[in-house]
Amino acid sequence: MALLEVRSVSKSFGGVAANVDISFDVAEGEILGLLGPNGAGKTSLFNSVSGEVSPDRGEILLAGKRISGLGPFACAKAGIARTFQVVRSFESMTVLENVMVGAFSGTGSSAEAMRKSYDVLAFCGLQAKAEAPAHLLSPAEKRRLEVARALATEPRLLLLDEMLTGLTPTEAQGGVQLVRDVAARGVTIIMVEHVMEVVLPLVSRAVVLNLGRVLTIGAPAAIVKNPDVIRAYLGDRYAAH
Amino acid sequence: MQVLVSGLLMGLIYALVAAGLSLIFGLMDVVNFAHGELMMVAMYAVFTLWQVSGLDPFILLPIVAALLFGVGVAIYRLLISRALQVRFNKGMVQIFVTFGLAIFIRGLAQLIYGGEFRSITTTWLANRTANVYGVYLPLPQVAASVVCLLAFAGLLAINRTEFGRALEATREDREAVALIGIDRDRIFALGWGLGSATVGIAGVMLAGFYYVSPNVGANFALIAYVTVALGGFGSMLGALAAGLLIGEVEAITAQLLEPSLKQVGMFAIYLAVLMFRPRGLFGKI
Amino acid sequence: MQNSIILRRRRELLVAGGLLVALVVVPLAIHDVYTLNLIIITLLFAGLSQAWNILGGYCGQISLGHSLYFGVGAYVSTMLFVGPHIPPPVGMLAGGVLAALVALLVGWPCFRLSGHYYAIATVVVQEIGYLLALNWEWIGGASGIYIPFRGESILNLQFRTAKLPYLYLVLGFAAITWLVAWWIEGSRWGFSWRAVKDDVVAARSLGVRIFPSKMIAAAISGFFTGVGGAIFAQYVGYIDPDSILAGHIAILIALPAVLGGVGTLWGPFIGAAVLIPLRELSSSYLGSSGSGVDLMLYGALIMGVALFRPQGLVSLFRRGAHGAA
Repeated sequence: MALLEVRSVSKSFGGVAANVDISFDVAEGEILGLLGPNGAGKTSLFNSVSGEVSPDRGEILLAGKRISGLGPFACAKAGIARTFQVVRSFESMTVLENVMVGAFSGTGSSAEAMRKSYDVLAFCGLQAKAEAPAHLLSPAEKRRLEVARALATEPRLLLLDEMLTGLTPTEAQGGVQLVRDVAARGVTIIMVEHVMEVVLPLVSRAVVLNLGRVLTIGAPAAIVKNPDVIRAYLGDRYAAH
Repeated sequence: MQVLVSGLLMGLIYALVAAGLSLIFGLMDVVNFAHGELMMVAMYAVFTLWQVSGLDPFILLPIVAALLFGVGVAIYRLLISRALQVRFNKGMVQIFVTFGLAIFIRGLAQLIYGGEFRSITTTWLANRTANVYGVYLPLPQVAASVVCLLAFAGLLAINRTEFGRALEATREDREAVALIGIDRDRIFALGWGLGSATVGIAGVMLAGFYYVSPNVGANFALIAYVTVALGGFGSMLGALAAGLLIGEVEAITAQLLEPSLKQVGMFAIYLAVLMFRPRGLFGKI
Repeated sequence: MQNSIILRRRRELLVAGGLLVALVVVPLAIHDVYTLNLIIITLLFAGLSQAWNILGGYCGQISLGHSLYFGVGAYVSTMLFVGPHIPPPVGMLAGGVLAALVALLVGWPCFRLSGHYYAIATVVVQEIGYLLALNWEWIGGASGIYIPFRGESILNLQFRTAKLPYLYLVLGFAAITWLVAWWIEGSRWGFSWRAVKDDVVAARSLGVRIFPSKMIAAAISGFFTGVGGAIFAQYVGYIDPDSILAGHIAILIALPAVLGGVGTLWGPFIGAAVLIPLRELSSSYLGSSGSGVDLMLYGALIMGVALFRPQGLVSLFRRGAHGAA
């Protein structure tokens, strides 16, 4: 059974169709790419999966249980965590405290949350920065912090929204390794990305969206050669390098 | 019937006070907790001028309105513009800056005038009442209502001018207006001036038949917040409709219960509307 | 493990402990009634403001009508004492519980309102309470209730001339509210609230449940404010809507926290320590509280703090108060 099942999900915002009839499955332990040019509807889909919005039509199932339309809290409790396209760190807190907010989702004890947070920070390579105020981190570090914070909730499914965008090649390599490490821990991942060269070697499959609909689903090698995909990207002037 | 008419007359005053509040809020998302106190300033101003010169409040109206306009602009320039720049805890800062101002003005009034009730007694219309089909219409109140209606008309007229359109544009998209050459700071200042002048007009007319005291502002302010919340923040029409509604509810409640409890009715309605329609009747925000 | 959080919290406890000891010992040497009274009122409002701070500062819901809960506590405990002779120590708990219930009742519909809408709603609710009390003859109406002196005892919480028992009572009250705030800071709720204040979308995505935690904050805040009201009633010996439920009491409850630092541990205490003596000074040098000067003072302080030091006076003592950006 697939971990995540997206079934004919459609969502419009004020007359603009962001997602139209989206269907795909994500197997447990997979790293799935969610690709497409700007405005294709990737973040909207993420918002439906994470519970931020409710789909107008269709449903989303996690491990067979319906989670669409239940709100962010229910989705978080079901085991879905996410990062955001524009990093949303808790600026008034330290790195450790940021992660603790996530850790608290699984426990009421501060000591326990602190311990878990240190573990996660070490895993993500941020332990040296634990006491640093979050607003002083570099953009790459903030991305890493978001991942750590999401991981602290011990999710089954992690949604990464353009985690690698805007990083230097070295930072991007570090990010890719982090994703691999997270997947190795057993977390299923869906990554939205623009930068094809970086993400295609990482994922097992990819779903390509265009203008709100699924364009194609397949292995990276096939996607790269798909003429529709190429046309979709080249036709979009704002596509990332 | 008498009750309904009295409620209507009072409601127009509430509506005007609310309109000024709504204007400022719609413009810059700041709730002016000192709004009632501004009205109180207008009332004391007209009272003092009347005491000194003996002129009828009608004649003093433009003077006081202009005065309040200036006060509004000054408040914006000195306090609000600074408050908007504060990075830490913006929402709290905005609440407390005007809240602190309100308390300060109240204390100032108490210091200068003491706590006793004052009233303006010898004006053109004082103590005169018309009798229309058995309904008693105290002339000062009628005059006040007429002026309020005129003021509303004035506000609507302003909306059609360039300034009004600039106001509207700033209300719609605060961020973008700089791009089309609108000086946001100036618009805000003028908006504050206009909102203050509006409530000043209400205050002057009110002074014709209501007592003047340091706490009068607080009472009306609360009613103003309720009216604006009911009518919807940012909506002039809403302020008018809600003001009339509130005026009626207050009058009816005073009749059915006790006069001292008359405000409970409107507060209850306010809370009820808030539960089911947090945006208010006509709210855009 | 050692880290800045644990070290800081340990330090806070030590400082608090030291302060507590000092406040137990020092008053024994003071015989001036005026000074003792000042300390009592300061400590009482420190505790009240800390209670307010739990909802307003930590949880971020600014209530400008907190005198409602103060009044509920005062009236409940007084009515229980005057009528069925229930001892105030029990009465104050009852008052606190009822105040907490009222807070829940108010919070339930109002918490979905943001910022200034919520603030206005709290004032409206408080005004309703004030008006109802003014007209409710059973609880004394506008004339209020004189608390009959039934004999000097701890059980009755009444003492002919001694101030020290009251002082230790409010000291305990302030200490407990401080401890509750300290505990909350390190708890899951404290973290949740700070997260919500920083970024509500991110907080939601991490499973933070906002509404139930706000209700809890309201209940705790209401409870302690009510208890404080009951203590005040027994201390002063007379209550009426104007001295208990009116708007200026709500200001006095919130102001120390605003002055000292909203959402900080020591803010309400520093604020009270500055504000209450200042108020006493101004009223004795510049005339009674009817003159309006105290209002001007409060107003100026609020504006000054909001514009120039929104983090509160507490930020003068440390580089970056806990919770500030």
